[in-house]
Amino acid sequence: MTIETTTSGILLLIAIMTVVTLATRYGGVFAMSFVRISPRVESFINTMASSVLIAIVVPMAFDGDAGARAALLVTAVTMLVLRKPLPSIAAGIAAAAAVRYLF
Amino acid sequence: MSVASYPYQLQPAKVRLEFVRLLPISLFVVAFGAAFGLAAIQKGLEPLQALLMSATVFAGASQFAAVDMWGAQVSVLPLIAVVFAINSRHLLMGASLYPMLKELPPRQRYGVLLLLTDANWAVSAQEYQSGRRNLEVILGGGLALWLAWMIGTLMGVYFGRLLQDPQSLGLDMVLGCFLLAMALGGKKSPRILVAWAVAAAAALAAYWYLPPHTHVVVGALAGGVVGLFWLEKKPV
Repeated sequence: MTIETTTSGILLLIAIMTVVTLATRYGGVFAMSFVRISPRVESFINTMASSVLIAIVVPMAFDGDAGARAALLVTAVTMLVLRKPLPSIAAGIAAAAAVRYLF
Repeated sequence: MSVASYPYQLQPAKVRLEFVRLLPISLFVVAFGAAFGLAAIQKGLEPLQALLMSATVFAGASQFAAVDMWGAQVSVLPLIAVVFAINSRHLLMGASLYPMLKELPPRQRYGVLLLLTDANWAVSAQEYQSGRRNLEVILGGGLALWLAWMIGTLMGVYFGRLLQDPQSLGLDMVLGCFLLAMALGGKKSPRILVAWAVAAAAALAAYWYLPPHTHVVVGALAGGVVGLFWLEKKPV
């Protein structure tokens, strides 16, 4: 099934994307309303939560260019030393820019 | 329903505070929005259509992927599959906030979720790990991010040429660095570190061997399984 990208077709495509995305924003919370939050479930969702971040970032580092790796490495080191997010992020971005400028 | 069954009260002052707190990261979101706006008009969307998409979908990576599939015709099922796969992380993100969200009245709960996205979720989830409850950042911070995404898209569709190459400035790494900083700012126990190692391995395996866009969910669920069997010891 295809939709022509006429004006009304595009509106329909945007509507479809909106509904699909909304379903992802609502679906997890809605499903959880049927689950009893036991300590085990709580433990699952807590480790899952920070694992989301790792699962986004690690493939980014493996697949990225030298700039991307430098950004993540510098962010990680700065964060572990200073424990302040904003300087860490700024340092990481500067590292990406510098590596890409130099190489 | 009695008021007492929903003990979480969103505090307007804190919502405003969180709006301001996420303004710095929102500045970078403007740059991404501009890149999206430019990509959208290059693929033949009208400026208003690109703005409408940003306003209602509000999920950058999936919007980029969608306009990538744009042509004279768009196949609906692949579009749905890609948008769902990229955004399926929202399912887990929302679920992880459920212990707090269940204490909001349903209308507010599902209202706040309209603005759920990576950056404001990361702040809220990280604070929840350290015992602070912060749904205000989902609302206030989400509003800042949404406005930034709109302003960026607007700039991109009308003056996209201004920012030809955001990569050379490292701007494509803002979100990655932000999320990494959030992860490392949280609690780090042996249990968490094992979960991260499992999550990283599973995410990489999925990234290489499974269909595209599945790695976040696969990695996160794998990390969650560690927590399912390894419970935190309660302080005695």
